Amino acid sequence: MKTTEPPAPVPAESGVTVTKAAVLSGEPVREKREGTVLNVFSHGILVVWAIMVVMPLVWAVMTSFKDDASIFGSPWSLPDTLHFDNWSRAWTQAHMSDYFLNTVLVVGGSLVGTLVLGSMAAYVLARFDFPGNRFIYYLFIGGMGFPVMLALVPLFYVVNNMGLLNTIHGLILVYIAYSLPFTVFFLTAFFRTLPSSVAEAAFVDGASHTRTFFQIMLPMAKPGLISVGIFNFLGQWNQYMLPTVLNTDEDKHVLTQGLVQLAVSQGYKGDWSGLFAGLVMAMLPVLAAYIVFQRQVVQGLTAGALK
Amino acid sequence: MQHGKYRFIVGFLTVPLGLYALFVIWPFIQSIYYSFTDWTGLSPDFSMVGFDNYERMLDDDIFWKSLQHSLLFALLLPVVTIGLALFLSFMINVGGRRRRGGPVISGVRGSAFYKIVYFFPQVLSIAIVALLFAFAYNPDSGAINSVLRAVGLDDVQPLWLGDPDLALWAVMGVLVWSTVGFFVVLFSAGMASIPADLYEAALLDGANRVTTFFRVTLPLLWDTVQSGWVYMGILALGAESFAVVQIMTTGPGGPDYSTTVMVLYVYQKAFRDGQAAYATTIGVALLVVTLAFAAVVMKLGRRERLEY
Repeated sequence: MKTTEPPAPVPAESGVTVTKAAVLSGEPVREKREGTVLNVFSHGILVVWAIMVVMPLVWAVMTSFKDDASIFGSPWSLPDTLHFDNWSRAWTQAHMSDYFLNTVLVVGGSLVGTLVLGSMAAYVLARFDFPGNRFIYYLFIGGMGFPVMLALVPLFYVVNNMGLLNTIHGLILVYIAYSLPFTVFFLTAFFRTLPSSVAEAAFVDGASHTRTFFQIMLPMAKPGLISVGIFNFLGQWNQYMLPTVLNTDEDKHVLTQGLVQLAVSQGYKGDWSGLFAGLVMAMLPVLAAYIVFQRQVVQGLTAGALK
Repeated sequence: MQHGKYRFIVGFLTVPLGLYALFVIWPFIQSIYYSFTDWTGLSPDFSMVGFDNYERMLDDDIFWKSLQHSLLFALLLPVVTIGLALFLSFMINVGGRRRRGGPVISGVRGSAFYKIVYFFPQVLSIAIVALLFAFAYNPDSGAINSVLRAVGLDDVQPLWLGDPDLALWAVMGVLVWSTVGFFVVLFSAGMASIPADLYEAALLDGANRVTTFFRVTLPLLWDTVQSGWVYMGILALGAESFAVVQIMTTGPGGPDYSTTVMVLYVYQKAFRDGQAAYATTIGVALLVVTLAFAAVVMKLGRRERLEY
């Protein structure tokens, strides 16, 4: 440029302004385009995965309203009419109502037990100094990483010898025991974060340790109890391995077992639509509860992994 | 606060600790002891046999198959699940279009919606998910093959769970499907807490988004990724793989033992074949694998903690 054109007064400067302008205007354009491409691309990927998550669930709901012929003939077609009889058949004849009741009893009992016993142990371990404190703490949290199946073989006979096999209360006690490691781990950390001044004041005023715990500390620990409660509720409601081993009596089956049992027996009876109705029946309450308590559920379930 | 302290401690610890000792710790100890006996589980009589069960295990082809599959689960599932989850959560948190006056990096529109939907499988029982997919994989009337037919792939109609070469992958796919959402939500929370000026600084320095991900996001998220890795591995070795393999594959354990995993083999030996002592031996092997896995991940993943 300099050699062909007559010497301009400020060629160097104009050159600089050009590059400056390129930096100022050109770069954002490239950046913007990159941003748009990325935006389209990421939405595409995200939508594809969302469809992959939702479609199997939609398929199950659709299938639960169809008759057997169209389930096999055209899996993705909409039901011709809504066969609500599938649902009532599953609820009564396939014993879904019994499985529901058993699950509610087992989970209700073990959830209350887990929270009460877990918070008692966690409170003592978090707030009191005594010989063996650390040992007991690690004994509890050690249970989180061990393969449960290893203990299940002798556990079957322990439970059997105590006459607790195939009983609702036996299952409750075992659920509590296996929920304690995470519950104690989580609540110990939580009790440590609570200020000690309130409890001390109550104690000075003459409240016993027990009373301080139930009337002062437990109400203060409510957010932690809710998180760990949701975590345990889902874990116990969805539990499959423990009842499969310890609860083999068909009348005492919980939902997950009952459905698997139903799937096996439907292989002979051929009532697939009823089975799908049962599946959806078991899925919907949990999904509905999740959508309502969405934030708390996510907090409860991810809290453990973030610690 | 000394008054009645020990009485209180004992009073509060006895029931939880007793329950835990009776139903968790005691069976664990027993099962290690039983692995050195010839106990069948059917009669109360047994005698010590030393390392016989362990020798038998080393000669057992099915055991080796189950070990191989369990290791594959523990190594591959976390890689795929966490990799996919990192990718998706990066897209959710960084893939947004730049809005005028907004931050350089922004999340996509509807990020809350994606997170809610992705989390669905996490609240369902793995047993129900396994049942659902057992039907979806049905070669003739299942949802998956009929989608393939609908898009014109009439020739691509795999047997899925009936094909010994494919069954294991089909089972693993279900575990990925059901756990990715959990990690997306977990990682998104982590990514949201990374200060935006770190991204801005990286972009000003000329880094593109891929570099930003590997140089900024991933290092700052490393602790979460690592604990997620251990968590996923333990699940893949234990309860989750038991449910999917037991419910979904024929046998159970698949055609020609092609999907059997250690945890299922323990269950079958103890409660189907009446070989309780041998079952606990395989259980001890499972314990060793689990602990080794956790130790290796923690060791390999150890990095200096980054403060920000």
